[in-house]
Amino acid sequence: MEQGTSLSFSANAARAQADADLQSALDKLQRDTRTGRPAIIARLPEFEALRDRAVAIKDHTLENLDHYLEKFEANVIDAGGHTHWCEDAAAARETVLEICRAADAKIVGKGKSMVSEEIALNDFLIANGLEVVETDLGEYILQLREETPSHIVMPAIHLKKEQIAETFRDHHTMLAPDRPLNEPREMTKEARVRLREKFLAADVGITGANMLIAETGSVVVVTNEGNGDLTQTLPRIHIVIATIEKVVPRIDDALSILRILARSATGQEITSYTTFATGPRRTGDPDGPEEFHLVLLDNGRTKLLDGAFRDVLRCIRCGACQSACPVYGAVGGHAYGGVYGGPIGAVLTPALDGIENAWTLPEASSFCGSCEDVCPMRIPLPGLMRLWREIAHAGKLNKARARRGLAIWAFAARRPWLYRTGARIAIRVLHTLARRRGHIRSMPLAGGWTAARDLPAPEGGRFIDQWHRKHGA
Amino acid sequence: MTARAEILTRVRAAIGRTETSGPPPAPEYANTAIIPARGRGTQAELVERFIDKATEAAATTERVANTGEIGNAIARWLQTEGLPASLVLAPDPALEPGGWETADGLTIRRGAACAGDAVSVTPVIAGIAETGSIMVASGPATPYTLNFLPDIHIAIVPAGRIVGAYEDAWAIVRRNDEVGMALPRTVTLITGPSRSSDIERTVTIGVHGPLRLHIVLVG
Repeated sequence: MEQGTSLSFSANAARAQADADLQSALDKLQRDTRTGRPAIIARLPEFEALRDRAVAIKDHTLENLDHYLEKFEANVIDAGGHTHWCEDAAAARETVLEICRAADAKIVGKGKSMVSEEIALNDFLIANGLEVVETDLGEYILQLREETPSHIVMPAIHLKKEQIAETFRDHHTMLAPDRPLNEPREMTKEARVRLREKFLAADVGITGANMLIAETGSVVVVTNEGNGDLTQTLPRIHIVIATIEKVVPRIDDALSILRILARSATGQEITSYTTFATGPRRTGDPDGPEEFHLVLLDNGRTKLLDGAFRDVLRCIRCGACQSACPVYGAVGGHAYGGVYGGPIGAVLTPALDGIENAWTLPEASSFCGSCEDVCPMRIPLPGLMRLWREIAHAGKLNKARARRGLAIWAFAARRPWLYRTGARIAIRVLHTLARRRGHIRSMPLAGGWTAARDLPAPEGGRFIDQWHRKHGA
Repeated sequence: MTARAEILTRVRAAIGRTETSGPPPAPEYANTAIIPARGRGTQAELVERFIDKATEAAATTERVANTGEIGNAIARWLQTEGLPASLVLAPDPALEPGGWETADGLTIRRGAACAGDAVSVTPVIAGIAETGSIMVASGPATPYTLNFLPDIHIAIVPAGRIVGAYEDAWAIVRRNDEVGMALPRTVTLITGPSRSSDIERTVTIGVHGPLRLHIVLVG
């Protein structure tokens, strides 16, 4: 599917709403989320206390981030690993390429990593002659289709199984063309066999990190498929790419966060595999990588740390806000244009790509608050979107018509007599338009809104007038 | 300035710390752990919960009375399930009294896993009742690949090694650390076999890691 930019959100959304396959996939996600999440959380009475704990852990870490980063680094080096600090996407890409070249690598296996999407790592490595293979099933499917993930933890949520079967037939041409590929089970088995060869042949394995632990210099990687573990253990070299806010002080802190991560992400109590990896192969170890590299990336995080958006650095990339968001549920992740869709994307993308390139995203919210309700890290996402709206408004990035409308409203709102008179006239006009039906089928100046629905007419006068009538004030 | 210095300088400026600020005081929350109630109970309760939770996560379990019966139990299970009777065993001295020599028809190799190995047998650091997880760690006697490469992973869990919560399992790793065994390169929580819901959110068991996880409880 063609992916527009963040600025073309409206057009992207219209296209997404006309896509019947996408709509049925999104409906299923929303149905599952509405029942699945409450059920799994009800089984852990301590869930809310753990959320508070997780917030406290991350806030404390961010308030002392320099200390924990230095401690983490010292422990990585102590365990025999190498650290590489990178300012931005370009520096991180170059660093990874250099490590691959020094190792004379040809095949790179990759675990699922949103940061690698942020820095567009695959395209860069491939352009430089490396074979890069995504090993997460969803990401592998997307790589074959040359698409990007549309959800943080369910990257191929926008696809139907028939589309995936077709992709496998197109790419796995060495297999019998008439083999059965009707069920997810059959496709999964095929991917297992195809990717097994790659795991075994890879020279370098690249993973992201769910958390970095300062106390031990460990990297936590969470997967269900086991691809993260095969990626970080079979190749000679393991490269971890992580942004600086991923660090937590202690193992125990990571355990608290793990208890809310999978429950929020996939509705599981814990994923199949949670690995704490520390440095390269030890003396006497029969397996494991010979080299362990940590690419520590800023990519805009220090800017977020320094100001009103700091809370978003608590994000653990569970995707709960996406699954719960009615706007995401109507248009899917690709409509947002950036790496991250949904509420977290509406807050992060303006920071990563510049508000001038993404002011449309914080506008795409009804402020229903579902995202903040489900966010395990209690990130005030609607508040942060509102903040971006203010910045966009002050910078005159939003539409002139919207700014004029707001200016008129603000003018009236500061003059109560004018506001009251205006409201009385508006109510009378709406009544006239509605005639006896009680609703308005077509509204001048809001044709887009009434094209798909009726506008209910006001049932009585203004609240203040009714109050005065009743209480005789 | 290096990227490292630049980044750390910006971090410190953002949070109002300096190079000489030193370690922060331990945060208040660090004094208490939030251990879910389901991670607490008598040893018998924890064992029962561990079995329930592991089963819920699509692992299979069976129980033998003592270490000497492990080999025979595994041979029987492999035969019943129609699986190959050839396995790779973790070269861990604790598993040696497993009755392997007398087990019916088993072919055994000791070491790390190779491509094509069908069945592996490994020890664990602990079984964890909270979620039915097992904790495994890598080391000379416990190759990491055994947990991931073979189609079938059989884990040997002594009943006395079943603990309530993740923290309790980590306490065992820490105790080993105190007696001079360094933190293992990898410590992994494994909960059931590998799985994915990436295609239409349909749960599919057996993706890249083992297709099955079979737990043999001892004692």
